[in-house]
Amino acid sequence: MLWKSAIARDDRLRTPIQEDPEPALNHIVFERIQKIYPGGVQALHEVSFEIRRGGIFGIIGRSGAGKSTLLRAINMLERPSAGRVLVDDIDVGALAEPDLVALRRRIGMIFQHFNLLSAKTVRENVGLPLKVAGVPAPEVRRRVEDLLDLVGLADKADVYPSKLSGGQKQRVGIARALVHNPEILLCDEATSALDPETTHSILDLLRDINAKLGLTVVLITHDMAVIRAICDEVLVLDGGRIVEQGEVWQVFGSPQGDATRALLRPMQHGLPADLAARLLPEPPKHGGHAVLALRFTGETHPGGVSLASVLALAPDAKLLHGGIDRIQGHAQGDLLLAVPVAAMRSAVGARFSPDALKVLGYVANDV
Amino acid sequence: MSPTMSERYLRAFTETMTMVSVSVAIAIAFGLIFAVTLVATAPDGLYPKPKFNKAVSVVVNVFRAIPFIILLVALLPFTRFLVGTTLGTWAAVVPLSIHLIAFYTRIAQVSLNEVDHGLIEAAHAMGFRRWHIVRHVLLPEALPGIVGGMTVCVIAMINSSAMAGAVGAGGLGDLAIRYGYERYETQVLFEIIVILVVLVTTVQFGGEWLSRRVNHRR
Repeated sequence: MLWKSAIARDDRLRTPIQEDPEPALNHIVFERIQKIYPGGVQALHEVSFEIRRGGIFGIIGRSGAGKSTLLRAINMLERPSAGRVLVDDIDVGALAEPDLVALRRRIGMIFQHFNLLSAKTVRENVGLPLKVAGVPAPEVRRRVEDLLDLVGLADKADVYPSKLSGGQKQRVGIARALVHNPEILLCDEATSALDPETTHSILDLLRDINAKLGLTVVLITHDMAVIRAICDEVLVLDGGRIVEQGEVWQVFGSPQGDATRALLRPMQHGLPADLAARLLPEPPKHGGHAVLALRFTGETHPGGVSLASVLALAPDAKLLHGGIDRIQGHAQGDLLLAVPVAAMRSAVGARFSPDALKVLGYVANDV
Repeated sequence: MSPTMSERYLRAFTETMTMVSVSVAIAIAFGLIFAVTLVATAPDGLYPKPKFNKAVSVVVNVFRAIPFIILLVALLPFTRFLVGTTLGTWAAVVPLSIHLIAFYTRIAQVSLNEVDHGLIEAAHAMGFRRWHIVRHVLLPEALPGIVGGMTVCVIAMINSSAMAGAVGAGGLGDLAIRYGYERYETQVLFEIIVILVVLVTTVQFGGEWLSRRVNHRR
């Protein structure tokens, strides 16, 4: 779906693809993007990838991974040193100022620190992008009212930003970013300055907007929970290079890179410290339990994890720790089990592939 | 107090107010233009012109460096060219304004530089042209500092204008020197000090009130 800006009437920005009833699948294409800062620091090394139209695309990485530079290349807030960024097949870096301004009006952006003008009210903040684009005042007023309704801040229209909470400020930021009816929304760590509850409501709002307006959302974050909550696709960036890219459930279920695993670690259920302290490498002489880690990648148990298959390991297995998350309809997660050593030998390998089941060690007596 | 004396007070007060208000108005107008120019043409500014920026900065520094009383004398030919005389209130307005333009340029420049870079980035992202950013982001966001700087300027001007008595500009400072110091009328000196204190206090409180009115950051 295409949302033509009421403002961007520049014909040079209309490509044949936009007139096509079936727009191209790829909305944004990065071609061998490099960024070298003065002083020789290379932030991005020949990064190439595509962003699908209408989805929510997440770019994750530790600080300094280059994700902010990558995001800012889409609207040329930061110019890459080499390579091209294509938005609807237009080479963004080759645009002269008037065309770039017109393109930026089709790309909304929200920020970690909101970046609202302190000297203007909520209404003025949201309406200003239209005002400077020469939209008549009554139309601006109508549009601002619609958007404040959409983000749930209709009653705060005449308040200054300093009187708002962080979540409310970000809602104003979202309303402002949508004021030109953009086709793309860029989110620069949009929830990193917010508390968990507010983060949740802002992510819900972003997902709503994506569904309602059909725009392509590109977000950067260092928090895998954000990716899990709303993204369709994720790209993991480390040291200016792509570590991996794919559907969120795949990257969560079977991460390929060390950087990805490091980023996922806070979300996974590791071995609890008290158990780790008691863990033996070999089974005890008599009795005892084996501690097993089961990993569900979402591939082998797409709809849900079959309890029968877990019980098949041993009927008297005990669940110790862990959890299953549903990501894009795929059940995945980790479970720690204690199985009596006597019952274990026959069980291991019966129903689980080796990478999904690991014997972590043994404990004497009871767990 | 003789009627002529109160007339002198009124006249001196009017002269001071004329010098202060005219030169402050001129200084704010030109100072803002120079400050915006300096901020916009800075190497990381909206219209980067590093060489031009350096040149303007040096000129401002030259005028900042010269003490007012020396500037007053050094500018005499320029003053004569501009207002046709080197004597009187209007002749004093010329060096006062130039002195103050340089001063206010730096004050306004600091306020403009303090505008959060994120706001400028956001404005670019929203498709603002560069002059929109100056008009709708830089100036309104720096306004509390710009207004606060005006207060400092008015008070600095009340001080400097006292020295303008040296070119026969009159004013309260001149009255204080001629009667209070040269004719040993300590009471005149004292009364003028009171008038000046009241004047400066009023300006300070008024300025602070105005600065609060335009500041929505809290």
